[in-house]
Amino acid sequence: MSETHTLSVLVEDKPGVLARVSGLFSRRGFNIISLAVGQTETAGISRMTIVVSVHDFPLEQVTKQLNKLINVIKIVELEPAASVQRELMLVKVRADASVRSQVLETVALFRAKVVDVAPEALTIEATGTMDKLNALLRILEPYGVRELVQSGMVAVGRGPRSITAATAR
Amino acid sequence: MTTATPRPGTPGPKPAPPPGRTGVPTGRPTGAPGQRTDSTVRHERAESRHETRTDVPGPRSGPEQVTGAQSIVRSLESIGCEIVFGIPGGTILPTYDPLLDSPTVRHVLVRHEQGAGHAATGYAQATGKVGVCMATSGPGATNLITPLADAHMDSVPVVAITGQVARPLIGTDAFQEADITGITMPVTKHNMLVTDPAEIPRAIAEAFHLASTGRPGPVLVDIPKDVQQARTTFSWPPELRLPGYRPTTRPHGKQIREAAKLIAAARKPVLYVGGGVLKAEASAELLELAELTNIPVVTTLMARGAFPDSHPQHVGMPGMHGTVAAVGAMQKSDLLVALGARFDDRVTGQLDSFAPGAKIVHADIDPAEISKNRRADVPIVGDAKEIIVELIEALHGEQLADLSEWWTRLDGWRSTFPLGYDWPDDGSLSPQYVIERIGAIAGPESLYTAGVGQHQMWAAQFVKYENPRTWLNSGGLGTMGYAVPAAMGAKAGMPDSVVWAIDGDGCFQMTNQELATCAIEGIPIKVAVINNGNLGMVRQWQTLFYERRYSNTELGTHKHRIPDFKLLAEAMGCVGLRAESKEDVDRVIRQAMEINDQPVVIDFTVGADAQVWPMVAAGTGNDEVMAARNIRPLFEGDELAAGVDEIDAVTERALGDSGE
Repeated sequence: MSETHTLSVLVEDKPGVLARVSGLFSRRGFNIISLAVGQTETAGISRMTIVVSVHDFPLEQVTKQLNKLINVIKIVELEPAASVQRELMLVKVRADASVRSQVLETVALFRAKVVDVAPEALTIEATGTMDKLNALLRILEPYGVRELVQSGMVAVGRGPRSITAATAR
Repeated sequence: MTTATPRPGTPGPKPAPPPGRTGVPTGRPTGAPGQRTDSTVRHERAESRHETRTDVPGPRSGPEQVTGAQSIVRSLESIGCEIVFGIPGGTILPTYDPLLDSPTVRHVLVRHEQGAGHAATGYAQATGKVGVCMATSGPGATNLITPLADAHMDSVPVVAITGQVARPLIGTDAFQEADITGITMPVTKHNMLVTDPAEIPRAIAEAFHLASTGRPGPVLVDIPKDVQQARTTFSWPPELRLPGYRPTTRPHGKQIREAAKLIAAARKPVLYVGGGVLKAEASAELLELAELTNIPVVTTLMARGAFPDSHPQHVGMPGMHGTVAAVGAMQKSDLLVALGARFDDRVTGQLDSFAPGAKIVHADIDPAEISKNRRADVPIVGDAKEIIVELIEALHGEQLADLSEWWTRLDGWRSTFPLGYDWPDDGSLSPQYVIERIGAIAGPESLYTAGVGQHQMWAAQFVKYENPRTWLNSGGLGTMGYAVPAAMGAKAGMPDSVVWAIDGDGCFQMTNQELATCAIEGIPIKVAVINNGNLGMVRQWQTLFYERRYSNTELGTHKHRIPDFKLLAEAMGCVGLRAESKEDVDRVIRQAMEINDQPVVIDFTVGADAQVWPMVAAGTGNDEVMAARNIRPLFEGDELAAGVDEIDAVTERALGDSGE
């Protein structure tokens, strides 16, 4: 049973709102695994995708406390089975001529992309679930990962319904 | 009880409040989806998105051309603010200019911003209206942090207005710049930085709305100097834009019926009453519920006065220094009905041994409090008054269980372990006696504030409260220095009531500068300094848990009489009195009661060794409550146990946990 949950949080796009959310998590000892934030189709409303670990606190406490923030408009938990969850990763791998073809094979296998090439290294762009990206990383590690950057999880519910549609002011 | 009309016995005319008093929630937020505390998590607050328009109180006016500063003052006037506690300074200067001409807003110039904050809190707690304080940027604003944190913990509606450096200077480490919205995020209900002068009326209206509705709390509005100076348009009322704020006040019918069933069937129920009942003005309804059901009532430190102490169903204050009967009732209960209470650690003691046999009905306006510390069997989100009214209605259809056996046990505890105290062996004055006499002479129509420590607990125990909003203290944050400025605010809001600050010599030295404010502004409070020469509560712990090693708790107010509180009072324009023996006590209290044109300070020189009992040592369970030193009631067999060794065991455990 997974200890993590994915929350989709609609917030007012106001200065300090990210600080309010992150401050709440840190002062109450809630554990953020990943947080991604961006604009939505509605002006003035941003959407945060927060992956939380609920080891010491029930998820209920996390969502209730989040809901108390005045700038938080709505919180929905996205179940993995009923949502699409993706993360973007850019990874720079040491790959000289001797191993480059093996690395490229791995890239193809994971349906990733090479976005930059240098004589000594490749930069690979991959999207997917955390599990898939971790699997890719495990395979790339032996070649030497020089740099790694990840976007944080974004997620959206499956089906035609929208959680923002019902939120217009 | 007190918001709509002045409390009985306070006939004095107050400045006519403008239409729409600010302390009263206006407009009912639409029904939120109910009490879903299960972990399905879809707290879809936006479901009822077309909120019924929340009307901002105040007369319609404008549009007219004004400065930002004028807009601030006009907004305060329009929303019904009658008093502001504050100190001017560089960045709030523009606002102090139109404030000088305001016909309805009185400004009280305090001596320290902390005093302004606590005064606003005392005002709010005494009147039920929003308390307002004002300060300049930087140090002015940071001095407000303690009172804001205090008001946050005790859910008091306070609005703080601070100046900020001009917009182009923000972020440059300018003179007297502090990121006060960043700093106060964790200790306010909400805060905002106003960067557009046109937004001032809305910002202030939103601040008052947020502070006074739902679970009340402090809101800070930070306004840069150039925004105050800019030309803008003022019109009232503004439209609130709070799409994420929709407090639930109406309880869910199903939860009410569930709760009523449990209440009717319980054999050992307790009404566990917290400060939320006072905030909801639900004392009359609580009395009706209690008398309908015959259920014993305990009132927490924040709820003293919500239910009359003289009522036979009142079994006292629960918690660390609660009565044995109240602590025992909760421990042995089969149903706790928590009304506007939050299962604070000072009430529950060790959580896993708290009320082990009790089912929990938890009613609170803040859903996040429910099941936070103790899992609720029946959660009810809503306003305490509405909940109690609906519970009463639902209970009329139920067959209520017979509680006579339960009352026999409770009465046994009450008669075996009444609150009491011993006179000090050294012949010095008993602090408990002093406080008891103040309560008896000033009576239940007076207001009482306290600092934090032994004197606070004795004031909670030995003053008998009969009326709501007569006991003001710092419960959650435990802010030493609260008493004097809070009394000042309370007296300013209730000028016809007698207001006593029961303070300790340690607390008093933290904020007594506001006595100068009281003397000059004509706010004649009465201060009883329970002067035991020490930081008494810390000293008590050192006596009990640190082998009487008194590290840094002696203040010298006995030994050196520094300061001499009588002289200090006189220096600040107050009447200074002193009582050192039992014979003096009534006389000086009566003397103080007769002085109504000046603040009075009484130095009650009392014994240093008096202790607060009963006591549940930190880190232990409530079953280990000590009625007095070396006397531990054994609830199991309901018999008195003089277990002399018990204290050592409890002490050891507490030390192991080092609970403080």
